[in-house]
Amino acid sequence: MSENKSNIKKVKTKYAKSGPLLLIAAPGILYLFINNYIPMFGIFLAFKNFSYKKGIWKSPWNGFQNFKFLFQTKDAIIMTRNTILYNLAFIVIGTIFAITIAIFLNALGDSLRTKFFQSALLLPNLMSWVIIAYMVYAFLNSDSGFVNNTIMKMLGKQDVAWYMERGYWPFILTIVYLWKNAGYMSIIYLAAIAGIDKSVYEAASLDGATKLQQIFRVTLPLLKPTVIIMTLMAVGRIFFSDFGLFYQVPMNSGALYATTQTIDTYVYRGLMELNDVGMSAAAGLFQSLLGFIIVVSANAFVRKVDNDNALF
Amino acid sequence: MENTLTAGNNIVGAVYVSSDAKRFKGISTVVLGILAVLALLPIILIVVASFTDETTLLRNGYAFIPEKWSTDAYVYMLQQGTTIFRAYGISVLVTIVGTLISVLITTMIAYPMSRKNFKYRNILAFFVFFTMLFNGGVVPSYMMWTQIFNIKNSIWALILPNYLCGAFNIFLVRNYYANSIPDALIESAQIDGASELTIFFKIIFPLAVPTVATISLFTALTYWNDWVNALYYIQKPQYYGIQNLLIRIMNNIQYLKSGAASVAVGTGAISLPSNAVRMSMAVIGILPIVVIYPFVQKYFVKGVVVGAVKG
Repeated sequence: MSENKSNIKKVKTKYAKSGPLLLIAAPGILYLFINNYIPMFGIFLAFKNFSYKKGIWKSPWNGFQNFKFLFQTKDAIIMTRNTILYNLAFIVIGTIFAITIAIFLNALGDSLRTKFFQSALLLPNLMSWVIIAYMVYAFLNSDSGFVNNTIMKMLGKQDVAWYMERGYWPFILTIVYLWKNAGYMSIIYLAAIAGIDKSVYEAASLDGATKLQQIFRVTLPLLKPTVIIMTLMAVGRIFFSDFGLFYQVPMNSGALYATTQTIDTYVYRGLMELNDVGMSAAAGLFQSLLGFIIVVSANAFVRKVDNDNALF
Repeated sequence: MENTLTAGNNIVGAVYVSSDAKRFKGISTVVLGILAVLALLPIILIVVASFTDETTLLRNGYAFIPEKWSTDAYVYMLQQGTTIFRAYGISVLVTIVGTLISVLITTMIAYPMSRKNFKYRNILAFFVFFTMLFNGGVVPSYMMWTQIFNIKNSIWALILPNYLCGAFNIFLVRNYYANSIPDALIESAQIDGASELTIFFKIIFPLAVPTVATISLFTALTYWNDWVNALYYIQKPQYYGIQNLLIRIMNNIQYLKSGAASVAVGTGAISLPSNAVRMSMAVIGILPIVVIYPFVQKYFVKGVVVGAVKG
């Protein structure tokens, strides 16, 4: 009897019974299979001339026609350019803002002021893009917006129809992005700075280094690994854009497409507004494939730089 | 005692360093103060705008210090708010149901992944992780939900697609289990004859409260702020939550009027203060977030830090 029991125990310490554990994982597995894996197989839609009448299975195949048409339009270049350029701007400017905020927050230490500043800077991140679009509208709409009614009057300038002038939008969208995300991004850098050994600063200040010197000689060099990781993770998503920022904030204004269209807004418009399912699916697959390639390469690069921080 | 000692040790050059540190603190306060004000300004603007008299709005536009204040927008909303209350109710319902289901299946799938003696843990981890690397995109996903599962124009369309069980949250919970719950605890429960299901619900889940708080917060925020699912899957306005009602009102303020027309017959007292009403709706939309924010900020920050460390 006791021999039997110890036998069972031996087996148990090697592997637990898989059945019950799989059962616990089952709902999650099922959901991921449906929500994430079935659509992966659905990429074949990009190679069909889809019509709702014929449905998913009976719509005829048309090879690479969708891709051919897509890349003949100038939309393809515009949306890819916009997606990449916005992401690059966000990565560079966002990182600078985030680190600056983190350094200043860290300088104030654990005080009430710090808490208030961090709360204020984080709050925008919790707002939905719809609400943010309302706020931007309160500033920019041409009849009753704050900017036209107050700022432009103070400057003695003519009103601007902001939602019609595409030239301003790269700046507007970058500002909105920073407003929403800089505080959020600073959390990670603040944690990284807090993790730096205090004795390094003590040694530096004993040697007479000023605060500014400490930032440039101690803090920033020690933040380098974090910056590299965060940047590469962002680069891995360079073909993806925040749909809300580019769709909701410009109020879906057609006059602005040249500077606000990204791959994600194009896919949405193709599918829901233009009913061009094939082309939309082609653009989506183009994005998924490029995204996959770049995220795998970015990770390979991280692994080379710093194996501990590689994602996989 | 210790403090005075270190202060004494640092006395060399302390005069210079301390004034430098003080100055840097001053600069930090000023810069962060400006940034904090900038962060809050847009929120303040819509709140002030919602309390501004409609004729003032028409003449001067949205402003931080209006000539004339008014609560007309809110009075109007209360009087004629069936559409708004309904949308609010749907947002609350979707947020609660979505968060409950999500937390349950996320914490469940994470548990076997954290067990070192689970045979398929690596396969399962890869199965979850791969969803972060590749996705089929919007079109196949849209076709599946509408053509195969037929969820269009139902409450499920607001809950099921996209947000129920994400890899990020799964790894967050998995890491918490793996680092904070000792194997010995599970082993001793097994020796006592507890089944895996009992172990999970009686031991693991209660111990995971801090991380459950974090992912509940992330998920609830996602559902409350979501408007994309309804954009794709809802055409009937009676299923709109607050976010999609806001989109609709932005596009067409008349919608609110027509929706409440039958109620308003005869009263006629308040004409639609459309500019102020828009902003009061937005204020109502962020109200729950602003109210719970002070209590949950801690979990939010913790979740971001922990999540960033490693997937």
